[in-house]
Amino acid sequence: MPLFYDARIRAYLYQVIAVGVVLLVAWVMFSTASANLAKQDIATGFGFLARQAGFVITESAITYEPTDTIGRAILVGIANTVKVSLLAALFGTVLGLLVGIGRLSHNPVLSRLMLAYVEALRNVPLLLYLLLWYSLIISVFPPVKQAIEMLPGVFLSNSGLVTPALHWQSGFAALAAALVVGVAAAFVTVRVLGRRRIVTGMERPIALFAATAFLLPLVATLLFANISVAWDVPELGRFRLSGGYHLRPEFVALLLGLTLSVSANVAEIVRAGIQAVSKGQWEAATALGLSRARTLKLVILPQALRIIIPPLTNTYLTVFKNSSLAIAIGYPDLVMVSNTIMNQTGQAIEAIAIFMGVYLGLSILISLVMNWYNARVALRER
Amino acid sequence: MTQVDTLVSNATLAPSREAPPASRSRWLSAYFGTPGNALITILCLGTVFALAKLAIGWLFVDATFVGTPAECKATSGACWPFLSAKMRYIFFGFYPFEEQWRPLTAMLLFLGACLVSMVPKVWGRGLLVAWVAVVLPVLYVLMAGGYFGLTVVPTTQWGGLPLSFMLSFIGLACALPLGIALALARASNLPAIRVLGVGFIEIVRGVPLISILFMATVMLPLFMPNGITIDKLVRAQVAIILFAAAYIAEIVRGGLQAVPKGQVEAGHSLGLHYWQIMRKIVLPQALKKVIPPLVSLFIGFFQDTTLVTIVGLLDFLDTVRTAMRDPQWQGIAVLEGYVFAAVVYFVFSALMGAYSRFLEQYFRTTHD
Repeated sequence: MPLFYDARIRAYLYQVIAVGVVLLVAWVMFSTASANLAKQDIATGFGFLARQAGFVITESAITYEPTDTIGRAILVGIANTVKVSLLAALFGTVLGLLVGIGRLSHNPVLSRLMLAYVEALRNVPLLLYLLLWYSLIISVFPPVKQAIEMLPGVFLSNSGLVTPALHWQSGFAALAAALVVGVAAAFVTVRVLGRRRIVTGMERPIALFAATAFLLPLVATLLFANISVAWDVPELGRFRLSGGYHLRPEFVALLLGLTLSVSANVAEIVRAGIQAVSKGQWEAATALGLSRARTLKLVILPQALRIIIPPLTNTYLTVFKNSSLAIAIGYPDLVMVSNTIMNQTGQAIEAIAIFMGVYLGLSILISLVMNWYNARVALRER
Repeated sequence: MTQVDTLVSNATLAPSREAPPASRSRWLSAYFGTPGNALITILCLGTVFALAKLAIGWLFVDATFVGTPAECKATSGACWPFLSAKMRYIFFGFYPFEEQWRPLTAMLLFLGACLVSMVPKVWGRGLLVAWVAVVLPVLYVLMAGGYFGLTVVPTTQWGGLPLSFMLSFIGLACALPLGIALALARASNLPAIRVLGVGFIEIVRGVPLISILFMATVMLPLFMPNGITIDKLVRAQVAIILFAAAYIAEIVRGGLQAVPKGQVEAGHSLGLHYWQIMRKIVLPQALKKVIPPLVSLFIGFFQDTTLVTIVGLLDFLDTVRTAMRDPQWQGIAVLEGYVFAAVVYFVFSALMGAYSRFLEQYFRTTHD
């Protein structure tokens, strides 16, 4: 068989075999699945998305009623997943940065305390912590009937925190616009004055100017625009609280668990990144007379950031995927909503395909954004 | 101040600078060196004391150590009788009560075998053969029964810690060769094979483990021909293996990239073919480099197997939860079980973490 010993022919042969096996398996699975579904009288396809959902979702980042479509319910799930993972990533990063720096402190008590914090979080499964926080919240706070009224209109009970809600009658758009304009103006001020300082060398209170630029549009809007809001104050009924904004224990437990787990990971990443910056940089900054805090802010962190970004991306991807543990404590994220739909309609393949597709798409989006940022801060070597 | 005065003061300064600081003052300055430092120390110690007081109060002072559920309810502290009453259920789930010596023996045998295998000096083909030919069959016979007069126990009755160990360790042992194969596929010169490898790895890594578990438990039965059903435990195990393999593949890829190209070229010049080069030259070097990250990954997966409770498998976390829902103890033992489970997971994870650091040290001090 001289042909078989030709390296190129063999390469083609291997590839054809590999692709063929994959296609064959896929075809066998597809045909058995469609036969099974036909036998069970389940129609395939995504037509069920337009049907009425008919189930309640306890918490949603966008408006939703049980009379809305199943497609809308899935959107609610996506919004809830994105909301909780964004918040957890944000809080976790800030907390983790502090813990990571504390871990490198010269003070032995602080550094050991931070080490204990990180180890306690990293060596226990996240799911266990979620269940622990959830049952802690449920058991520590009193039932709704004896809800504690902390401030007038603010109730704390084991069904969560209920606060008065704001309903905008008018002027919301103007205020939002003022906020955007203020942020943009502050940003421009910082850039322009920063450049001026580099050129002229003159010290000016940049922070003060920026704060003014930020506040000016807001104050102007508050003074001149017609803003009216209505307060929706919760009332304590016999069995439940009605009205107001409801912060549920499921959401709080999930956010707490995810935030803490992110913070432990971020702390380790920050510590490794800071330690990777060469010691000479510290010594040079000390020789220039910079304090430890300023050295960290001006010299070490900008360099450490380059090392930190790629593992940080992984942490953000992980928290996004870990938010799916919400199903264990009953926060209506994408997986839980899909699971409900699966049980109600029997469209298992489609429901799972949708939520896997969404996770995959958003994962790719997160890594693209973080890679773009990484390319911006990466060291440019000639 | 005259010039002489400055000279004198400099002269008096010089020796005091060179004097070594007393060890006591160094110790003091580490804790209370500057006002800020002293504040940090005091705040930290305050936090530690507050937490310790809370924990000791709940764990010991206000706790009930022996007694009935009613006696537990009367006190505000921890309820330890709950754990002793439910211990066998927490560890072994619904495994038949009289037969529970079998999972216990299996677990001890397994842990013993793991302990022996942790010593790098015994690594080799002999160890692998011993695991595959002796340890695993004995474990299976102990758990499942059916031979040597042991009664058959179906997998639906397995649960608790043995199940958690099995899902994580056997899952990872099976995922390792698959992961290596995927890493080789990803690094392959053949485009079609590379695309298949990349596709599998990226898809699996882009979705949560829960979705793969759901797929295995809910969707897979639809893909099976009529009349063929696969055990739920096996399905979850397969899901974990596929999931772990994608992550292992990425770690092994890092190791493959760290092996100098000259090693492959040297193999070619000796006339070896692809598999010989990989098996005898590249993989041994690549795998040795990635052992510490692999062990860290193992810790993560040991914890991730808790997710099987979501698809209704009775793993250790799930037996703990079910025990707490027991009507007799409901509302009394709310946290004790979780705290106990957290301690168990912490101990095993911390041990593996220490082992990972030991391996890192070992490979730094020995050859390559």
